[in-house]
Amino acid sequence: MAQGLSLTLIFIGVGFMLVAAIGVARMPDVYMRMHSSTKSATFGVGFVMLGVAVAFGDFAIAARAMAVVVFFFITAPVAAHLIARAAYVSGVPMWKGTLGDDLQGCYDREAGVLASTPADASSTGLGGGVA
Amino acid sequence: MNTIFVVLVSVLVIALAVTMFRVARGPSLPVRVVALDLMSTLAVGLIAIYAVAVRQPIFLDVAVVLGLISFLGTVAFAYFIEKGEFPWPRA
Repeated sequence: MAQGLSLTLIFIGVGFMLVAAIGVARMPDVYMRMHSSTKSATFGVGFVMLGVAVAFGDFAIAARAMAVVVFFFITAPVAAHLIARAAYVSGVPMWKGTLGDDLQGCYDREAGVLASTPADASSTGLGGGVA
Repeated sequence: MNTIFVVLVSVLVIALAVTMFRVARGPSLPVRVVALDLMSTLAVGLIAIYAVAVRQPIFLDVAVVLGLISFLGTVAFAYFIEKGEFPWPRA
């Protein structure tokens, strides 16, 4: 019973991780690839660790597995935010079908400052404008 | 090692190979960093499944340490992409 439950959880997790890998290989630009890799792979690790905790059935090991899950759920958004910011600042182009860039005009390349509102109001993207 | 664990590990190895393709192809440096981050996440899952397969919970410590180090590596890469100068093309 416990073994079947743990194998089911691990199967779900591995499925999510495979989807994340395919997404990173097939998505058109870095921001969409990040969407695939961060969310899906973190969710997959969570399920695998849940399955590991059920498989061993020991409190100390389950606590360690849950610590891994908590750690991943805290660090994955931070790492994705940092990489996305670095990619935007270093000028990685977006996919040609992207509808709008809300940060257009917000980054001062000479000063190296990324502001939350554009420097001049006319240069907003499609979804831009002051809310 | 049970057959079912061989299947699970094989699926993860295929996922690692697909991600390695993206690391090799690029085209920009942040893409490679994202793919490397995903590879370390996949490796954490691989180690956890291996720990269940051989019934050795000590391997879970390896997964914990790998997760810690991969986060630090990603943060360092992001810092140097944002601040640094590059001898290679940015995009």
